[in-house]
Amino acid sequence: MIYLQLFYEFAKAGLFAIGGGLATLPFLQDISVRTGWYTADQLADMIAVSECTPGPIGVNMSTYTGYTVGGILGAVVATLGLIFPSIVIIIIVAKILKAFQDNKYVKAAFYGLRPASTGLIAAACLSVGQIALFNQGAFDSLKSVFFGIRYPAVILAVILWLLMNLGTFKALKKNKVLAKISKLHPVVFLAASAVIGIIFGFGGV
Amino acid sequence: MKELLDLFFTFARIGGLTFGGGYAMLPMLQKEVVEKRDWATNEELMDYYAIGQCTPGIIAVNTATFIGNKTRGVLGGIIATLGVVFPSLVIITIIAAFISNFADLAVVKNAFAGIRVCVFVLILNAVVKLGKSSIKDAVTLCIFLLVLIGSLLLDVSPIIFVLIAAAAGIAAHLLLQKGGDKA
Repeated sequence: MIYLQLFYEFAKAGLFAIGGGLATLPFLQDISVRTGWYTADQLADMIAVSECTPGPIGVNMSTYTGYTVGGILGAVVATLGLIFPSIVIIIIVAKILKAFQDNKYVKAAFYGLRPASTGLIAAACLSVGQIALFNQGAFDSLKSVFFGIRYPAVILAVILWLLMNLGTFKALKKNKVLAKISKLHPVVFLAASAVIGIIFGFGGV
Repeated sequence: MKELLDLFFTFARIGGLTFGGGYAMLPMLQKEVVEKRDWATNEELMDYYAIGQCTPGIIAVNTATFIGNKTRGVLGGIIATLGVVFPSLVIITIIAAFISNFADLAVVKNAFAGIRVCVFVLILNAVVKLGKSSIKDAVTLCIFLLVLIGSLLLDVSPIIFVLIAAAAGIAAHLLLQKGGDKA
């Protein structure tokens, strides 16, 4: 029964992959080696597609793998398998947390956790920025930081930042247009960036 | 029922608009969950991310379960999680079925290179917002900087940082009388 096996394999990945989406990757490699459901090349394709489509990468990879192995039902079963352990564990953790939320030691622990959480996200942010604004290949071959920087991307990043933040500055708050722009939904900026990426050939192709 | 549908579609929208993993979901969560609806605060988001780092499963899914569970109980947790994965299921299945070499298409590569720049700026904004509510004094500033520098330079699991930071919070409370009551 391939569907049961799919559910089981992805539930295992969901249970043991801790952290962000790419934490699922080693488990997918392991599944590929043990079951022969897909090759390493196919896996590379799945990662590429998962990274440039909406949705959490781990979920995208499970759906893609499930579809490759067992069609639409396979995609659904693999994804449900992946999220099943999370749902169970988080609901239990949430219950425990609720019971202890007024405990002063738990509060003190969260006082330390929050800046740490911010620090981890800031680090992830910088590595996204490095990939988005810096061309490692050009840097490696030309040995100069000046050739490594993707200038159009940096200009776009600065413009985006200004559009998102100018309207929130005290001196400019009265400017209704700026204030409105800074309150736009993130998807507006994402869509505009995609269009700019296509028009100016940001991907270098 | 209406609230459950609202949960499902809100998280479906968040899942469908997130490019590139759990951290990229943060700006969407701040917009949809914190600003538009009062389902969680920025502080709670940080707590969920910290716990999501050291519990099994991917962060995006864990956070969805947390917020759904907080809003509408166990069923809410399940519905929010199904919502966040729903767009992936549809989009990936269509791509896998009909478009071979999707990721190699020039238009996809160029669009995604632009999107990545925007994701960077969106996460940067999200970090600034979180920092304003999590970095309150010298102790929290130190924890922030140490974790940031540590995770950039060392190849250590985030779980280690999360555990040490929790211990540091408790130590600061015992030694300096910080955190416990007002945090």
